[in-house]
Amino acid sequence: MIRFLLRRTVTMAVTLLIISALVFFIIKLPPGDFLTNQIAELRAQGESASIAKAEFLIRQYGLDKPAWQQYLVWLGVMPGPNGFSGLLQGDWGWSFEYDKPVVDVVGDALWLTLLVNFAVVIFIHLIAIPIAIYSATRQYSVGDYIATFIGYIGLATPSFLLALILLYYMNRWFGISIGGLYDPQYAGESWTWAKVQSLLSHLVVPTVVIGLGGTAAMIRRMRANLLDELGKQYYVTAKAKGLGPTKALLKYPFRMSLNPFIADIGNLLPQLVSGSVLVSLVLSLPTVGPILLSALKSQDQFLAGFILMFVAVLTVAGMLVSDLLLAWLDPRIRMGGAR
Amino acid sequence: MEAPILSVRQLTVDFSTDAGNFRAVDGVTFDIPKGKTVALVGESGSGKSVTAQAILQILSKKARITNGSLLFNDPSTEGSIDIAALPAESDAMHSLRGGRIAMIFQEPMTSLSPLHTIGDQISEALMIHADVDQATANQRTMDVLNRVGFPDPKRALRTYPFELSGGLRQRAMIAMALITRPALLIADEPTTALDVTTQAQILDLIKELQVETGMSVLLITHDLGVVANVADEVVVMYRGRIMEAGSREEIFRNAQHPYLQALMRAVPRFAMAENERLTPIREVKSASLATADAPQRVQPAGPILKVERLTKSFTLRSGWFSGKAREIRAVSEVDLSLPAGKTLGLVGESGCGKTTVSKMIMRAIPPNSGKVLFDDGTGPKDVHKLEGEALTTYRRSVQFIFQDPFSSLNPRMTVYELLTEPLRIHDIGTSDERYERVKHLLEMVGLDQGALRRYPHSFSGGQRQRLGIARALALEPRVLLCDEPVSALDVSVQAQVLNLLKDLQAALGLSYLFVSHNLAVVDYIADTIAVMCRGYIVEEAPKSSLFRNPVHPYTQALLAAVPDPDIDRPLDFTKLRTGGFSQPSAWPEPFRIEPGEFGVMKEIEPGHKVRMGRLTAREAA
Repeated sequence: MIRFLLRRTVTMAVTLLIISALVFFIIKLPPGDFLTNQIAELRAQGESASIAKAEFLIRQYGLDKPAWQQYLVWLGVMPGPNGFSGLLQGDWGWSFEYDKPVVDVVGDALWLTLLVNFAVVIFIHLIAIPIAIYSATRQYSVGDYIATFIGYIGLATPSFLLALILLYYMNRWFGISIGGLYDPQYAGESWTWAKVQSLLSHLVVPTVVIGLGGTAAMIRRMRANLLDELGKQYYVTAKAKGLGPTKALLKYPFRMSLNPFIADIGNLLPQLVSGSVLVSLVLSLPTVGPILLSALKSQDQFLAGFILMFVAVLTVAGMLVSDLLLAWLDPRIRMGGAR
Repeated sequence: MEAPILSVRQLTVDFSTDAGNFRAVDGVTFDIPKGKTVALVGESGSGKSVTAQAILQILSKKARITNGSLLFNDPSTEGSIDIAALPAESDAMHSLRGGRIAMIFQEPMTSLSPLHTIGDQISEALMIHADVDQATANQRTMDVLNRVGFPDPKRALRTYPFELSGGLRQRAMIAMALITRPALLIADEPTTALDVTTQAQILDLIKELQVETGMSVLLITHDLGVVANVADEVVVMYRGRIMEAGSREEIFRNAQHPYLQALMRAVPRFAMAENERLTPIREVKSASLATADAPQRVQPAGPILKVERLTKSFTLRSGWFSGKAREIRAVSEVDLSLPAGKTLGLVGESGCGKTTVSKMIMRAIPPNSGKVLFDDGTGPKDVHKLEGEALTTYRRSVQFIFQDPFSSLNPRMTVYELLTEPLRIHDIGTSDERYERVKHLLEMVGLDQGALRRYPHSFSGGQRQRLGIARALALEPRVLLCDEPVSALDVSVQAQVLNLLKDLQAALGLSYLFVSHNLAVVDYIADTIAVMCRGYIVEEAPKSSLFRNPVHPYTQALLAAVPDPDIDRPLDFTKLRTGGFSQPSAWPEPFRIEPGEFGVMKEIEPGHKVRMGRLTAREAA
């Protein structure tokens, strides 16, 4: 077990290293960077004071150095102008666009993103699993067809469109604004109970909108998995023992059908972060999605690089968690399974 | 006379399918007397399993009991209950199911949940029906596991099904069924998936437990050999109806119904005369076989296929987390030789390495050491050193017939595509020539041309296996490797396929390596038989001398364990009870082989060789 964890930690570290290189060099691929673009713009306007500041920043962050040196400094394995100060040391760099340290730009957005996505994951499972069980145990019944139909609609509806529609009608019918994650007056305030309440009430619509497609997909897959398992012999055995239908179902086929979803946890997290960018924009949610988008557009390299690395860490950690969960839940995997 | 435990009266079960209603069980009437074993015999699709499921009301959703009654006279309570009148999910039905009537199934692997321990699954059966706490249930579980022959019941509680051998899994199933002390045990093909020696032990166990508890057994099987050995009464079913019923004596001594007589004739037996042919229930006529000629080819001087000191080890990682590697020797210095136009039978129980040998001959996996020599008339060549054109020619000369006719044919290809695929791969003929060839192949295996546009799912198991044979023949091979080609088929269909293989050999001059666990089948088809155990060939002989004079203790045990459909030749259960036949280190001298050793083959009469242990080897030196 310990050997396994060690081996996994090493692979994870190597993976992250490769991802960091890819992320950095892809961001640097287009010619120029945020500051040189800005300097060119300022030159055109003849503002020499700002140019001096921009040139100072260029030297400060070593943007005049070759890309590989910039990468190593960003990573924190090569001394920059301030000595060793990079991701490894916990220095996430400077956002040129916001003119603030990256940590101040993404601070709140990071955990709000996690909160929204966590709510979405819970929502998907809470809604999808019961519907899928209903639909699988009553295959080809009227209820199954209705669930299937709604599922297809959910799959086919673009979530940003749904967000726009909800935005409009919520305002028109109930006179409430559902944009943002809390009422505007709380922006920049410290966290009070009133702000938390506001947050919770604002969370509902984004959760539904972001989660709808995932819920529909999960209903379809869970139903298919469960149908496979319901035909298996061990379920007949359970019934032949005299177990009631509900208990037999939950203890045996249902548990078997969960495996693919646990294996999916690792994929789920980054997908939700990047998949909800459009919805976040439409609903003006203060999550990292829109920040990432604008950072990539303006080549704000440290900000974009940090957010992408954050997603990568989530993925790798998610994979580890799902592997550990699988091993814990499924003895065939835990014991190296013969068949 | 005492009232029977279960009286089935005019039982009728209908399936409603898209293609309309289908009557799977049609007015079946029989009794299961107290403390006796009733065998329900029939081919697949005869309705025997559906009858059993109806008794427990665990029929699939599409099926319904439309008529008849199932009167259950529980000896522990007064009066009788009509099971057919109870709703399937009523409390009364729940308490009967698993409590008073228990069931064990064919496939002990898939019948147990792989995610739960044996202990959990067995104690659950008790806790549903008796008001006991987990500790008591565990104690009872250990008792019953001990009774069914688990070596370490305490450890078994925490064992998962996939950690056990097939035999132990089936014992766990039996423990699960018996922990509630049911009045009736329904055993649906309980030994079909097991090796013969294990089968004999499981049958023996069921018999013993029956004597102990006085329960009745409804045994569902297609194996007349099993019936002859354990049943008190026999009910023969065909297409949902009872063809014949009576005591074992009546049925075997004096079968009345033509169907039963035909079924008896279709089973290969040891006592068959030299050139006696099996009579399938539905004979398949092959139009072109009688006139087919073997292609004119140079015959090799020696054997067409020879295997020399073939050895293969596999490395197993014992666990996901530990990463420790273990080496298992699957095949140990195997020597075989297959003369042209003959059949070599390779017999052994599951896991003995026989499939590994055939895969190495096919060059699907490389051996660790040893050679496979193939001689097409130009002298023997090492198969594992062939390259380029020579390898392609070899691939064309040696073809494979698989065990499972359901999974070995791609369900998305038509028969025409399936049969022409080998020709297309080897780029043989124009499309018109291929069409002619395929038509001819179908005729040879006794299928008509209408089959060409159909997909595999519209054929029965036997027809699919014949398609598999036709595909193997497409390239005009010289050697066919048959890996358990009939073990997934019913007896009547098995006879068809075996006869077809025999006829093809006679007509086309093919050589077969016939791998099987079924001794009677191998006896019917093979000229020479090699018995394999734990990667060793332990005995090799022409079939007459192997069956007349088996020398090796493993061969003897194997022969003794085959149930013969002849009530005058019952199984000797006491002899089989000892076990340990497949442990080379447990064989008596001079056969004992210590781990890591190979022993030597010694010829005791012409063509009859037996593997001896180290001591004998030294004497010989």
